[in-house]
Formats: sequence, structure tokens, C-alpha cells
Amino acid sequence: MYILLQQLVNGLILGSIYGLIAIGYTMVYGIIGMINFAHGEVDMISAYLFAIFLALAGLFGISSLPVALLVTLVFTLLITSIYGFVIERVAYRPLRGSSRLAPLISAIGMSLVLQNYVQLAQGARDQALPPLYTGVFRYGTATEFVQITHIQLIIIIVTVVSMLVLHLLINHTALGRACRATQQDRTMANLLGINTDRVISLVFVIGAAMAAVAGMLITFNFGSFNYFIGFVAGIKAFTAAVLGGIGSIPGAMLGGIILGLSESLFAGLVNTDYKDVFAFVLLVTVLVFRPTGILGRPEVEKI
Amino acid sequence: MNRITLWMGAGLMVLLALALVAGCEKKKDVIKIGVAGPITGPYAKFGEQLTRGANAAAEAINKAGGINGRNVQIVPGDDACDAKQARAVANQLVNDGVSAVSGHFCSSSTIPASEVYNEANILMITPASTNPQVTDRNLPAVFRTCGRDDQQGDVAGDFIAKTLKAKRIAVIHDKDTYGQGLADATKNRLHQNGITEVLYEGITRGDKDFNSLVTKMKGLKVDTIYFGGLHTEAGLIARQAHEQGLKATFISGDGIVTEEFPNIAGPATEGVLMSFGADPRNIAEAADVVKAFRAANYEPEAYTLYSYAAVQSIAAALKANDVSKDGKKLAAWLKANSVQTVMGKKEWDSKGDLKVSDYVMYKWSKGADGKFNYTQIALK
Repeated sequence: MYILLQQLVNGLILGSIYGLIAIGYTMVYGIIGMINFAHGEVDMISAYLFAIFLALAGLFGISSLPVALLVTLVFTLLITSIYGFVIERVAYRPLRGSSRLAPLISAIGMSLVLQNYVQLAQGARDQALPPLYTGVFRYGTATEFVQITHIQLIIIIVTVVSMLVLHLLINHTALGRACRATQQDRTMANLLGINTDRVISLVFVIGAAMAAVAGMLITFNFGSFNYFIGFVAGIKAFTAAVLGGIGSIPGAMLGGIILGLSESLFAGLVNTDYKDVFAFVLLVTVLVFRPTGILGRPEVEKI
Repeated sequence: MNRITLWMGAGLMVLLALALVAGCEKKKDVIKIGVAGPITGPYAKFGEQLTRGANAAAEAINKAGGINGRNVQIVPGDDACDAKQARAVANQLVNDGVSAVSGHFCSSSTIPASEVYNEANILMITPASTNPQVTDRNLPAVFRTCGRDDQQGDVAGDFIAKTLKAKRIAVIHDKDTYGQGLADATKNRLHQNGITEVLYEGITRGDKDFNSLVTKMKGLKVDTIYFGGLHTEAGLIARQAHEQGLKATFISGDGIVTEEFPNIAGPATEGVLMSFGADPRNIAEAADVVKAFRAANYEPEAYTLYSYAAVQSIAAALKANDVSKDGKKLAAWLKANSVQTVMGKKEWDSKGDLKVSDYVMYKWSKGADGKFNYTQIALK
């Protein structure tokens, strides 16, 4: 019983991690209809920045962990957001208005550039962060219990909160209205006085900030990272976004949780060897019956 | 925007220029020895051990007058532990005109690469690939300076059955040639000892979350985890098992012999066991070399000296055969003669395996300085 519950908790945590990264994919897709393949790499960069700033905080004599974390959080968010902004300026804006494939190739190129840049600058070896904080909630007896660490709980809360905030932002604010207008018809939005370039830049910055939050929490939780983690995280999160319906923010979260739960339960109850096979079979099955994902809206061709 | 593009362009030009300079640097009349391994990638730490060892050996040989008056030059090749890249690197080394190759690291790279060397009739000595298949395919010029997984698995299997007297054992591997080979060897030995594992499963390299596997092992009341694989995944599994309060002994093989393992596993490192060759740093013949490494501020751990010995063996074979590149000829010589290496006298059987293997068990524990280190433990 406890074991089954624990597997559900494991799946929920893994799903939240996927969902958190997937939100960034889905936001960018929602506004310019492009898959930002460099998103996973931004996540990876934030993991490195997190470790670097944490070490720097220690160097500057900040010994209290909460203060050090707060300082690290602010700086990592700031610099990762700048990365998001610059990536859009360098790799995507010059290609706006060209064919749909051009920014896709540019995105893959950007992802390779970032990967190799970090590999050269930081070395190829695995970096590790010792467990800094090991608080845990346990429910049950001394030998049989269900547990969730405080960090894992924070991951779930952050995912839900960011999904809600971004959902409200898109649907109920002036900025959100500008985003939706840009998505529907960029030329018309321009004519009506919306600075669409700025709106798109902003979406990239928000996407990068989300990746930074995800990267930091994941690093804090697992404690090991290298220059290649963005790829694996990116593929899984992208899958989650497609499963939930790309372009929909609640869909990203839902897709992430379904993917996480199915992986965890399959690994836990059936077999670890085939968990990815199962997850992707599930994806294909969903896409056969709902080509736009679970919460995705069918695309209407305007005539 | 334009300025950024300009700077990026300029940076790329400089990089290209550097690559050109590196490409032009060629010396005549040297004997090239290839050293292939994961110089980049998550397992780059092991690649560093191989290149450090090989470079030091080449330096020592050159200082002593080279091979028949010709200097040895090490040509590095990076396979990143990727089978496809390993083939490409092997072809590149062959085209580069190497006389012999010391490498590769991962068995899954060594096996495809060895086919390339075999076609080109070039001698290959791997300092680290322990999968039985490396030498079991009747390739004439493939050797190793390390042991085999079936020997390693025997030691681990006997240890689990006889010393730990474990009852509920989970055998986990990373679905890679090395990891699964090692796990299978251990599993077979356990069966011979009359023990059946309660769980046998493979994980995916590069994954970070093994919580569901850990929970499953908890449900099965596992008391011993045997893991065939490398330190990254081993560290994460050990750490997550520790987090979930699973009190099981964690045992693995030579793939976790690196100081990076405790970095990842954290406090879960305490008491982790592994099988590895008797520490070559303690061999009397190695004392001077180890001292030289430490003087250069490098700890020659794990495979460093194995790589050193591989280059020494290649040099000895080349010397005795008038620097011939004929792999079959060099191989015949190595199989008939013994070589005095930094790890003592080495002899090979007709397959290219060492005649004497020396696997023992090690245990990680925290030292007085708060750092984790591994020490050999007595076998019963």
C-alpha cells in the first residue's frame, strides 16, 4: 500500500519537473508557433549558474543557507533571462517572416552552440552538488512509510503556482491580450499599435525564467548535472508539452504529470527497462486519437 | 545585434585558425601511438586517466632514448564512449598512421573500434575494457592490461554470497555492454552459489530520477543492490536509495572508481563496496611513477597506471620487432613474451587476456579529513 502510494508520489514529482520545463516550450510555441529547441539548454545553463552563484555566495561569506539560496535565485533568474532575450535576438528575430523551417534549424543550431560552449567553458565532466538540505515529510510507521522531501514538495508547489500565474497572465492582463493578439495575427496586431517584437522578446524572457526555476530546482533535488542534461530534459518536456496540447499552459502541466506518472508507475510496477517505450507508446496513442494533444485546440486555417 | 554577430563571427574565425595550426603541427620520424577514450562527455574523467597515463609513459620512454632512437608521440582520439564515434575515431587513428593503439575505455566503444583496427592489422591494447567479448571474438591483435568482467563478477558474486551472506539481492545494470556484462557475470556467480536475485532490471544512462526503482526495491525488501554501470548513475541510485531510507548495501564494479562518485552520492557513499584490481599504486615497481605524478599535482588513480602499462607494452613489442606496424607480428610477440611494466610483469594468454587477474573488493568510507576515500578490504 505504502509502496503504491510512494510510486504515485514519485510520479507526481517527476511529472511536475517535466511540466515545469514544458511550460517554457508551450509558451513560445503558443505565441510564434515555433519549437524553441534551445529551451532545454537554457535549463542546463541555469543549473550551472545555480552552482556557480551558490559557490560564490559561500566565497563572499554568506553562510546562512536561505540567504545564499535567495541571492543565488535572484542572480540565476536574472542571467538566465538575459540568455533567453539574447537567444531570441540572435537566433530567431533575424529569421522572422522567413519560412517556418528556418527558425527551427536555427533553434537546433543554437542548442548545439550552447551545449558546446558550456562543455568548453566548464568542462565535460559531471558536476555535483552535495545534498544541502535533507528535510523530509514521512507518513506511516518507522519501517513502512510514504515520504516526500521538502524540495520535492517545493517543486510541485512551484509548478502549480507558475502554471496558474502564467495562465492568468495570458488570459486576464493587457500583456496577455497583446500575446494572444500577436499569436492570432502578427501583422494586424502590429497595425493596431502592439509592439510585437517586444511581446515576443518578453515571452522568451518569461520562458527562460521558467527554465531557470526548473533548472535550479532539479539541480537542488538530484545534485548532479553536466552540459548534456538539457537535451534529455528537453526531449521529455517537449513530449509532455505535445501530449498535453502544445500552446496550452495547463496542457503542459497535465502532459507532464501524465508522462511522469506513467513512467514511474510502469517502472515501479512492471519494468524499468521499458518505461520510456511505454511513455512514448502512450504519446503516440494519444496523438492518434487527439492529434492536437489532450487540451490543445485544433488549428483553424484562416481563409 | 550586428555587433554581437560580428563578435561571434570573429570568435569562430579564431577557433578555426587554432584548429588549422593544430592540424599543421606534424613531426617526422616519430612513432605514433593512438590513445582513444572518452576525452569529452560525462565520462571524461576516465578519458583523462587514460591520456595522463599514456602521456607520462611516452615521456618516460622518450627520455630514455625512445624506441630504437625514435621518439614516441601520443595521438589522442575522443570517442565520448559512443560506439559510432568510436568507429570514426578508430578510422581516423588508422589514417593518421599510428603504429598501435592504447584504448578504448567503454567496452561498447572498444568492440566496434577493434574491428577497424583488425581490418587495418593494427595492435590494440585496452587498459580498461573489461567485457569478455573484447577478447572473445578471436581477433588476433586485441589485448588488455585489465581483467575481465567474468573474473570481476566472480569476485563480487562470491563476496555477496559468502562474506555478506545477503539474502535479497537486486541486480541493476545500465543496458550498456560493460554494465550489463558485469551484472550478468555477477548474477551467474550468485546462481552458482545458490542465490536467486529478487530483481533484475536495466536503467537508462542519462536519466536522473530513479525513485520509482528505489521504491520498488524497498517494496521487495532488498538488502543488497548490485549495480553494473558507471559512477554517474551509480551515484544517483545510491543517493536516492539513501534519501528514501532504503538500508541496503550498495555494490558495484570498477566503473565507480573515481573521486566523482562521492560527489554525486553524498553521504550515501559511506559503506559502498566495489570490485577493482589490486591498487596498482601500491605495487613496488610503480613507486617512482606514482611519485612523479603526485609531484605534477595529479593523483594517478584508477586506470592511469593501466594506461601507462598499455603504452609500455606497446613500446616493448615495437622495440622487439624493429618498429613494425604489423599487428599480427606484434601480437605474436606479446603472447610469447612477458613485459616488465609499471604494474609489474605482465603476461598474456592466447586470447590476449592477462594470465593473472587480481580483483579485490574495496570500500568507500569517510576519512579523518571529511573526504571519502576507498580502501581495500580483506576477502574471506
